[in-house]
Amino acid sequence: MVRLNLVLLAVLVVCALSLVTSRHQARKLFVELGREQVRARAYETEFGQLQLEQSTWAMPVRVEKIAREHLGMQIPGPGRIETVPGGAAR
Amino acid sequence: MTGVSLALKRAAPAPALPRLRAPLVFGALLMLFGALLARSLYLQWIDNQFLQGQGTSRYSREIEVPAHRGRIIDRAGEPLAISTPVKSIWAFPGQVDATPGQLALLALALETTPQALAKKLDDGSDFVFLAKQVPPEVADRVATLKIKGIHDQNEYRRFYPAGETMSHILGFTGDRDVGQEGLELTQQEWLGGKPGSRRVIINRRGEVVEDVEAIRAPQAGRDLALAIDARLQYLAFRELKSAVEANRAKAGGLVILDAQSGEILALANWPTYNPNARNRVAREKMRNRALTDVFEPGSTMKPFTIASALESGKIRPDTVIQTAPGTFTIGPNTIHDAHPNGALTVEQVIQKSSNVGAAKIALSLPPATLWQTLSDAGFGATPNTGFPGEVAGRLRPAKTWKPIEQATMAYGHGISVNLVQLARAYTVFAGDGELKPATLLKGNGPVAGRPVVSAGTAHAVRRMLELAVQPGGTAPKAQVPGYRVAGKTGTAHKLEGRGYTNRYVSSFVGFAPASNPRLVVAVMIDEPTAGAHFGGEVAAPVFSAVMGSALRMQGVPPDAPQDNVILPPEGGEVREET
Repeated sequence: MVRLNLVLLAVLVVCALSLVTSRHQARKLFVELGREQVRARAYETEFGQLQLEQSTWAMPVRVEKIAREHLGMQIPGPGRIETVPGGAAR
Repeated sequence: MTGVSLALKRAAPAPALPRLRAPLVFGALLMLFGALLARSLYLQWIDNQFLQGQGTSRYSREIEVPAHRGRIIDRAGEPLAISTPVKSIWAFPGQVDATPGQLALLALALETTPQALAKKLDDGSDFVFLAKQVPPEVADRVATLKIKGIHDQNEYRRFYPAGETMSHILGFTGDRDVGQEGLELTQQEWLGGKPGSRRVIINRRGEVVEDVEAIRAPQAGRDLALAIDARLQYLAFRELKSAVEANRAKAGGLVILDAQSGEILALANWPTYNPNARNRVAREKMRNRALTDVFEPGSTMKPFTIASALESGKIRPDTVIQTAPGTFTIGPNTIHDAHPNGALTVEQVIQKSSNVGAAKIALSLPPATLWQTLSDAGFGATPNTGFPGEVAGRLRPAKTWKPIEQATMAYGHGISVNLVQLARAYTVFAGDGELKPATLLKGNGPVAGRPVVSAGTAHAVRRMLELAVQPGGTAPKAQVPGYRVAGKTGTAHKLEGRGYTNRYVSSFVGFAPASNPRLVVAVMIDEPTAGAHFGGEVAAPVFSAVMGSALRMQGVPPDAPQDNVILPPEGGEVREET
């Protein structure tokens, strides 16, 4: 009887300690998860900012300005547009 | 002596305590214990909220989980409105305790001068914003200075990459990223995110160590896909702007519709504003005129009169109408043709835009018939694009029409429309007689419309509209190399108070390619003052430039040879009536 009780006590102590460690592990992992979530949000924000930047750079107003002023391009007049017939293009 | 001391001893017997004192003291102490016990029981079981709340607040927190507002994208997925997190820096001036060095660094971070900062901090208020909506990096730099009394808060700021080219459709958001104008306002439910919150356990360093419960799950805003094509929109805006400036006009509008689905591919207005920097922008510039303002359309209305008459069987395209001598008197009123013609076929009435011809045709119809056609074509009812504040225009009930009104309505006076309504009405002729719904949101290809006239009538009118842009018509300048186009000019005197003025609204509505229409373009120039005022001279060239480029951008195969444009010799142009 005494022996059984001692064994059970030992089991109880082991269980209690493992509960403590697993709890600790869980918290550590959770903190890490939190950090990753913060990073994910930061990346999301950055993605939004990059999208914004990209579309701001690519706006037709700017593209046209650069084409006109830096590259010396111009929109062709009606007389200077030649359309390739659809059949020939293929 | 001893006797005395003995006597003294005997005179001090042990004092007899009152019999009740001990039990009384004991009882009192017991009662105090009892009170203590009762209090603790009370706090433990009955009034336990306060202390428990205090307890939890030491280790648990409710934190807000932010939710993004959805983006607005064009039909190709190009972003038109994006929210990104920013921070605002504020201070309690009374608490600010900074050395001049710190203040200089702060000014550097906020891109201002120490003097300006000191002025803000000294104006005597309890609370002051030092900088609104700065990038997070700037706020971080401020935070590292660790100046007492200076704080920051998280906010979202909405950016519009397309700037002034698209501001009227999108509108803008106000404080807390809530829509205030345009689609931002009407689509608030769809776009707006709902921030969630969750309860967590924190450790003594303030780090979150455990999630207890999610109180509300955050609901991110959804992306909104518009029918708008950003490239066409820019094209429309650029051409409209240069036309308004070249004609020294007061305002202008341009709408491009997909003829098969009714989707609004572009909607440009002038004057406009930049939604990214809209401090002190006049209300006037914020109006989306194409939807919220009405004008008398003038001759662009004639095709509907003709369609109504064709449909009722009163006339055929080759029926001859006598328009000589260029005037037509109804009671006390007289209708004029500015360039008198003789006998014209119905086709020529459209081609030459004769007011007398259109009025005579209109008067051959019962008022209810004409009213029905106009009403079916969407006049007098809001276009239901989902834009706030769009107007219905005015189409009075047929019962109240006097003959003169019926006659003037035939050529677009006494009726008012907005530009989107007008463009949408032309989908009747661009298709097989069906009116397509005009939508600002992206749809899925061709849609069934509401039948207005038969396919035969629609095709007959389309042919007449094609004649109108050819030499001998009112708008040869609307022609596009490589494509057959069809359209109608409009030049209307502006109504002011009770009478017409000598200021004009010039317009052109048309579609192309005429063999299988894909795009409808409507142009309206308000009060051109640079000399020309006829729709064929002011609005038609804008139509031509926009339509040509738009068709090429959309990859629509040409349906005419490149040298199809035939312009009449200078001065030989037919001008339409006003």
